[in-house]
This record gives sequence, C-alpha cells and structure tokens, in this order.
Amino acid sequence: MGKIKNKQALVTLQKSLLQQRDLSKPCARVCVGTGCRARGSLNVLKSFEDEIKKQGLASKADLKQTGCHGFCEKGPVVVIGPEETFYSEVESADVPEIVSETLMKGKIVDRLLYAEPVTGRKSVCEHDIPFYKKQTRRILFNNGKIDPTNILDYITVGGYLALAKTVTEMSSEEVISVIDKSGLRGLGGAGFPTGRKWRSTRTAVGDPKFVVGNGDEGDPGAFSDRSLMEANPHSILEGMTIGAYAIGANSGFLYVRAEYPLALKHLQIAIEQSKEYGFLGDNILASGFNFNVDIARGGGAFVCGESSALVASIEGKMGEPRAKYIHTVEKGLWNKPTNLNNVKTWACVPLIIGNGANWYSEIGTKESKGTAVFSLVGKINNTGLVEVSMGTPLKRIVYDIGGGILGNRRLKALQTGGPSGGCIPEELLDLPVDFDELNKAGSMMGSGGMIVMDEYTCMVDVARYFLDFLQYESCGKCVPCREGIKRMLEITTNITKGHGTKEDMDLLQEMAETIRDFSLCGLGQTAPNTVLSTLRYFRKEYEAHVIEKRCPAGVCKALIQYTILKEKCTGCGVCKALCPSQAIQGEPKKTHIIDMAKCVKCNACRDVCKFEAVAVKQKVD
Amino acid sequence: MTNAQSPVEPMPEYDRVDQIVERNNCKRSALIPILQEIESVYNYLPTWALRRVSEKLGVPLIQVCGVASFYDAFHLTPTGEHIVRVCLGTACYLKGGSRVLESVEKELGIKDGETTSDLKFSVQSVRCLGACALAPVMVISQQYFDKMMPMKVNKILKQVQSRSGKDQE
Repeated sequence: MGKIKNKQALVTLQKSLLQQRDLSKPCARVCVGTGCRARGSLNVLKSFEDEIKKQGLASKADLKQTGCHGFCEKGPVVVIGPEETFYSEVESADVPEIVSETLMKGKIVDRLLYAEPVTGRKSVCEHDIPFYKKQTRRILFNNGKIDPTNILDYITVGGYLALAKTVTEMSSEEVISVIDKSGLRGLGGAGFPTGRKWRSTRTAVGDPKFVVGNGDEGDPGAFSDRSLMEANPHSILEGMTIGAYAIGANSGFLYVRAEYPLALKHLQIAIEQSKEYGFLGDNILASGFNFNVDIARGGGAFVCGESSALVASIEGKMGEPRAKYIHTVEKGLWNKPTNLNNVKTWACVPLIIGNGANWYSEIGTKESKGTAVFSLVGKINNTGLVEVSMGTPLKRIVYDIGGGILGNRRLKALQTGGPSGGCIPEELLDLPVDFDELNKAGSMMGSGGMIVMDEYTCMVDVARYFLDFLQYESCGKCVPCREGIKRMLEITTNITKGHGTKEDMDLLQEMAETIRDFSLCGLGQTAPNTVLSTLRYFRKEYEAHVIEKRCPAGVCKALIQYTILKEKCTGCGVCKALCPSQAIQGEPKKTHIIDMAKCVKCNACRDVCKFEAVAVKQKVD
Repeated sequence: MTNAQSPVEPMPEYDRVDQIVERNNCKRSALIPILQEIESVYNYLPTWALRRVSEKLGVPLIQVCGVASFYDAFHLTPTGEHIVRVCLGTACYLKGGSRVLESVEKELGIKDGETTSDLKFSVQSVRCLGACALAPVMVISQQYFDKMMPMKVNKILKQVQSRSGKDQE
C-alpha cells in the first residue's frame, strides 16, 4: 500500500474497506490487552486459530485480536459477532464449543455469559451489561472493536478522516477555534483549557515548536491511558498530528511508561503504519505539512508526569521539575515552545474535528464538557474502565455502573486523583464528576483513578500510604516537599502505631498547608491533599487512633489482634496448616486458637477461612 | 542490595557499549535510551559502562550517575535472573499487596530491593503496573500473576525456578 495522497483517496479506501467487510460473517474477537493477557487470552486466541482450522472454517469465520474492553477482572473477554455475544472468563477448553455452537450456529453458551454479582442476572451482549449500559463511551468507543495493530481497522471506523479534513480544508486558527469552542480541557488531571494552551504555544516566540503526548500514567490505581494506548493507538497519533498542524510543530514525542510494554509496542507499530500510509512523516496527505513522532520510554519516576519534569526527562536529564513561572508553552523542550497534553486529550481531538465542537460540548456541565474516564478499582463489584459524561453523580458510578461495594459492605470513601487527590466521604456522593466540583471537595479529577474504599479501609493508613508513595517519588529538589512529606509520613506512621498525640494532628494540618503553599511543582503542592481531606472528613478516625489507641477499621497492625470465633470455627485445620508462623493450634474438628505471641498478623488465616471464623479485634493489653 | 554477592564485574565490553551509543547517534539527549539498552543487556549498569557513556557523549560522569540513580528502571548493582515485581499501587495495596510482598521476602530470605546470593531472584515493589483490575498483582519476568495471596507465593516461585532450570539444560 502506497501513501494516501488526499482526502478523496482516503474516503475511497474507507468505502472499499466497508464494502469488503461482511457484517453478517461470524467473527470472534479476542481481547489481548494487558489484563486479559495476564489471564491467558493469548492461549485462548491460539485455541481459536487452531479450532477454526481444525473445523475447516477459515473461509467462513474471522478471528480478530482487539485491545482492552476495560473489564479486565472478567478476562479473558471474547465477543462473537455478528450477534455480539459477550463471553467472559473464557478458557482454552471452552473454545471448541464456542466455535461450533456460537460462531457457527449463533447459539449461546450460557455458562460463559457474564452474570451480575449481586442479582445473578445474565447478559448476552456487552451493551446489556449494566457496567457498560450506563456508560457514555466516546474516547474508549473503539476499544475492543478494532485490531490495534492494523491501521486498516482504524480507517474502517473513520480513522484519519479528521486529519484529512484538517490539513486540506482548515486553517490552523480554525482548528484552534473548534477546540476552543468544544470546551475540551486537559484530561491528564489539571483540566487546563486545551484550545487556550494550543493558542499560547502557537503564538509563543521560538522555533521549532514541539507537541508531546503524556502517557506517563504513574498515578497508582489508574489504567485508562494504558488501555487507550494499547487498544487505539492511532486515535492518539491522529490527535497529535492535528494538534501539531494547528500549533505549527513538525516534531513530537510520546512519553510512555516503561511499565507498559504492550502500549509501547502498539504505539510503535501504529507509528510505522501511519508513516507508510502518509499520515505521519513528510508531506502528510500531500498537504505540504510534515510531522514526526518519536517515542520516549519513561524510567519509572512518578514525578515525570509533571510537565517540566517530563520535558527534562525527554532531554535525557533527571526528571526534576522547575519553577512554574516559566511555562512549557513558551520554554519547553530545549527551551522551545512545547505543547503537552495527556494521551486521552489527544484522542478527543479527532472526535471533535470530525463531529464538531457542538457535538462534544452538548454533554457535560457548564465548565466541564464531554466525558471523563475513570479506572474504577478497589472494593467494588465491577472493576474496570468507566467513561461517563461530565456531571454524572459519583453515586451513579459506584452503584449503577460499579454494582456496589464488594461483600455488600458500606462505602467509606472514594479516592480520586491518585496521590495528588483526596478522599471524598460517602455523604458527598451526590457530587457530579466535574473538574471544579471535585477540587472544591478537596480532591481532584487527576488522571482518572477512582478507588473505592469500604469500612475495612483505615483512612489514617490510606494517608500514610500516599505519603509513603510521595516521599519515595519526590525528586528532592525543593525543601517543603523533600523534607515535609517525610516528616508527615513519620507522624502518620506514629499514629498508626498508636504513638500519636492530639498535637500531632494539629502539626499535620499546619505542615500540610505549608507544603501545599510552598512546594515548587504540582507533586509537592498537591501532596498534602490526602492528609487534608482525611483530616477534614475522617477526623474521628484519627482521634480514635490518637486518643483511644484504636483502629476502627481493623487495619493498623499495632492496634489489632486476630482471633478465631468459637461459634464459627469447624476445626478444619486449613488455617493451621497455612499459618506461616505456626501460631495456630487446635485438634481436628475442634475450635482452633491463635497464639498471640507468635502471630505476625499476616491475615493468611482470614484469607483462607471459608467459614468467616477469623476475626480482627482491637488489641487488648 | 546488601545480600548480593560482591559483584564480580565482568570484563568491560567497551565495543558493545560504544555500539549502543553510536546507534543512538551519540546524542546527549539519548542518555536515557542508551542506559535503558545497557541495562537490558547486563540487567544493571556496570560502573565501567557509565564511565564509557560519559566519555563518549561528553556528559560529565556526575550527570550520568545522577540519571542512573534517579530512575527506578536502572540498577547500579547486579539484579537477579528473575525480578519479582510486587505491585503496591493503591488498588493492590488495599487488597493486600503488602502481605504478598512480605511473603515473597520471607520465601526468598531477602528484603525489597535486594537480590538472592545465587543471583536467581530480585524483589522489587512497584507502584502500579496498570493492571488494577487484577489486584493484587505480581509480575515475574513479564508473566503476570493476578489476584495474588501470600499462600500462593511459594508455589509460584518454585515453578519459576524449576522452569528456568529446564531452560538452561
């Protein structure tokens, strides 16, 4: 295939691809994203290949590998077309039956359908499953539908038409006004208006200019960027190319975490294919516009998600941020104007150019338009990627889409925004998803992690956890962040050990405010958010640790002890056999007991007990 | 990495490092990709290699060492044949990732960040591998183990060890 020369040629190619595609032909789509792969989807894919060959169906059925559906917990996921039957937790052994029954006869294999955890109700298609039904998928729309390693699949669904429109019909100012009008805001977390950023880079003095795609999703608990990069890499490249055209840049970088090998691979393949078809490189679509993208592999530093640190890292330096009064749009890479956007933001661009600014802004709230993508994880029934329109109440995400809390327990808090965000208590669950509303509540949108915490989660321990994360990831350049976070970590650790005092809580508050106000970069300025939000909403829990030396959630090891409930223990001996410190004693079929002196509180007994006979109690001296 | 044998530095292979540097056009901005390539060859960054890179690129050694010690992807002492990565991202932490780590440490008799004296295993806690739906996650040589529990650790480590033994035969 040679380079595509103009918009008409692309339209013709897309039409012929659509005609070639027989929508009534049976097709098995196997997810090979990181999550499904971890659960054996490559074997499932191989079994499909073998089985289709064995049954002599190669001409009658198609087989396709796709990216992440965002429902990794139920992987490997297989979708059988044309009926779009959705099977979860598929194993190689199931494949012969799927091929002969569903693929060939359209019959449903009941045991492989997804059943709702609470009601047990089964759904046949993806769009029937409540988890998907209540989502508004735009950015993730083609995830799980197209083969990310085949550019023709992307072209079939209308890919690169927006780029063709841009470079042949629009001026750069027109592109920027469309983005401006759409109300698109940076989906990396901070929510800066994208159009305004582009315009600043465009008008900034300096040449050459650069565009950067930020795929350094270091935020623990978030995996939407990974999923997008793996499943639909061309959408990011197309967006970046449109942006580069609007800004006047001829080269760009995609900064991707080294922890995402599959995303790196798919992006690399996409760049090569895109060059081959003339969507990247010199003289794109014969318009005279040149643009090249290189991939920069991250080195495993959370701080490199911050724009100026990311820029330093691409330049081959330590990822240390610099003072914010020097804007990267004016002095970024090699001190030249540089426009950084998150990969999700870039993926929105072709959608907006293709469908118009009004299409994008017709959903959302006054100040936050379009959709938001969250990784819904933690103590929730349906774990996975959720895309909802801005303004959706948090409650709807947790209960309607997430299917409620694991084990029917009570929700305690929602943590959004990763280490920079905060904890939102149950009382505020009517809050809408919106950049500004989440900020007001003391949290933030962040890169899209949404971690559900139940009554068995200790909020002091959560604060300690994030401080530990941040003190490790602090680059060490400025004092408030480097020293302050360490001291806050010491104080919270002390509290979780039962050595805290009431004065410690006041000191935490004071330090948090100081670090917030005086740190150099976003990492330090937002670092105290978890402490501030937990002190604000869960003060009683701190007080329980400090005054009563008690951990109400039963998490902090120093304040709890394990015990076996006499009325529930059957004496089966499983816990005794597995206890790593031989702390459990008891005759078969008689109540077992735990020797406190030996117990290391590893929770192994509680994990294995089928009778819920192991309980955590407050420590008594 | 206190428990590792005092590393017997292999003979410097200057040619090999030179090739890596030249493949990257001797660009100073390519320092990180160059170090990533060296790390993938040796499983760590030997001191002689850092010196060589510094000379070839004309970047002060202190800057090269700064970068080498700043990023988690780089190791300054030899790492094991298998790196056991235990995820302590928020979702994994809430679901007991730290207990999985404790169990790995106990089984191997080393602490987080250390390497066994036979250079078979290293243990490394990581902050989110983006596989949160499978929490808690452990990864050994690119193989993912989902929904981990402390009691599964022993069996998995034995499997990995016996498999690597077979590979060598």
